[in-house]
Amino acid sequence: MSAVVETIEAMERPPLSMGSRLEGELLEVSMGPQHPSTHGVFRMNVALDGEIVRKLKPVFGYLHRNHEKIGENTSYLGSMPYTDRLDYFCSMTNNWAYALSVEKLAGIEVPERAEYLRVILAELTRLQNHASLLGFLLSDMGAWGTPLMYAFREREKILDLFESLAGSRMMCDYMRFGGCRVDASEEWLAGAQQIVDRFPKFLDEFEELILGNEIVIGRTQNVGKLSAELAVNAGITGPMLRACGVNYDIRKIDCYGFYPRFKFRIPLGEHGDTYDRLMMRALEMRESVEILKQAFAQIAPGPIVNPKVKVRAFRPPVGEAYGRIEGPKGELGFYLISDGAPNPYRYRVRPPSFINLTVLEDLCLGHTVADVMVILGSIDIVMGEVDR
Amino acid sequence: MESLGEIKSRIEAAVFGAKIEIMQNGSPSQQHSLLIDNEHAVAVARFLRVDPALYLDFCSNVTGVDWLDRVVKKTTKVKKIVDGQEKEVVETSEEKIPGYLEAVYHLYSITHKHGPVIIRMRTSDRADGTHLPSLTPVWRSAEFQEREIFDLYGIRFGGHPDLRRILMWDEFENYPMRKDYHEPDDYEWEPTPHDDVMEKAKVHYPPRPEMDGAEKITSQP
Repeated sequence: MSAVVETIEAMERPPLSMGSRLEGELLEVSMGPQHPSTHGVFRMNVALDGEIVRKLKPVFGYLHRNHEKIGENTSYLGSMPYTDRLDYFCSMTNNWAYALSVEKLAGIEVPERAEYLRVILAELTRLQNHASLLGFLLSDMGAWGTPLMYAFREREKILDLFESLAGSRMMCDYMRFGGCRVDASEEWLAGAQQIVDRFPKFLDEFEELILGNEIVIGRTQNVGKLSAELAVNAGITGPMLRACGVNYDIRKIDCYGFYPRFKFRIPLGEHGDTYDRLMMRALEMRESVEILKQAFAQIAPGPIVNPKVKVRAFRPPVGEAYGRIEGPKGELGFYLISDGAPNPYRYRVRPPSFINLTVLEDLCLGHTVADVMVILGSIDIVMGEVDR
Repeated sequence: MESLGEIKSRIEAAVFGAKIEIMQNGSPSQQHSLLIDNEHAVAVARFLRVDPALYLDFCSNVTGVDWLDRVVKKTTKVKKIVDGQEKEVVETSEEKIPGYLEAVYHLYSITHKHGPVIIRMRTSDRADGTHLPSLTPVWRSAEFQEREIFDLYGIRFGGHPDLRRILMWDEFENYPMRKDYHEPDDYEWEPTPHDDVMEKAKVHYPPRPEMDGAEKITSQP
């Protein structure tokens, strides 16, 4: 009998190493790159105290293919389809940013109809990017399947529009220097208008389903708070910056394209937490719908490409230019240096989601591992753009 | 926003000893830039960041540029006396411009909604002197982007909090965005135990005896 009691005592005695662990020894965990909620091949080295994050270092480069070097070795137009692969959710806005920079570099004017088409396609891109982001974010929170499928149902309609116009759903390669590649027919515009008109209905439904949900509120409010000063200093752009209450939208500041012709508002957040970032996307979709409605009313027939632009042997004058647009994820810029050759001397992409990750550690400190996934989801990264 | 010339004179008045040069940009974009000297770069950046009229609080884009050693050929017509007669002779002279690496910063102001003001810094050469001061203490957005420049161009930023390779793997040795970079034939190759074993095996065992010559058919004349 007594021997049995002794063994039980020995088993219940904690091992010697437990003492220091209870006092807060940090455990280093590598999250990713093969994890569904890291949105691609993103990895974080996390130092954990229990379940609380005490340190976080992002690790990049699993999808690095030196996009910029390839851009320097290709002709100006040759890089256009390659920009699709940066942020593969938003190939239209990538194309536009690149076309805008080359147009600045070479001083090219864009005809009116092409500008309208660009605005329409960029706003459609914003709609589908934000819709699918919300779906993914809820998927990360554990609302597995249903919200994502609702979002994808709407995204699918917009991708079908892209396919019927540009020939490809995601790799559109649609913009050209001084215009667009193919004209949109009246039927296409009517179909697009129909989809846009029905979009607010989906938004009402989606917002009712999700944004008032108790679990969503519990998991996002006061999680990953970002102050406005830090956001500005760390170069955060896009919905993530505006969620902190900073009124900075390049569509209003730079007045590129035909955005000054449209009436729309800039939604602003108040707290800079994950819930505000989530709301920002929902509210921006409503403003995009407003812009689209105005664009469909204003667009008139006309040429879609500037005939003066050389397609072959296109050589911009010597110099440099930095062009930027308000992409769905933030400020997307291209910096180009021309030495008069048919390929750029320097081709640089300013990837918004890469720079938005600068503050990831600051947002996650003190939160649990499960919150890290939600915060990362609300930053909205695409690894094709982060790693380039 | 005030012109670059005004900004230049104001910086020179505020930061003692700073040397600023305006770099003209011939492209239709008309985005001229300021070349600032490395010694006073951080002080100049602080001034641009804090000055109430400029208040460039948002550093949008940071990037590197590689300029190789260049030889510029100049042809000049010189009057010379040849065989007692004055003639115009075309003389060519070569001027060597040493290469350098450049870091370019695009600055905007979110408060005043103006920009860009472009500043650039140059290293003294492309080999040993690739040092520049880091502007990350002024604008945190430069943190990852300067790391990227270090990774791809090899500019060492003094004062950067965490200067490591970011996109390439840590063991990578060269700087792939430099203009004279040649990529290896096989990235994956590395000396494996297998190769060592093969070498040892060659020493250990005698070479295989020649067969009846069937395998040499192709090499026969």
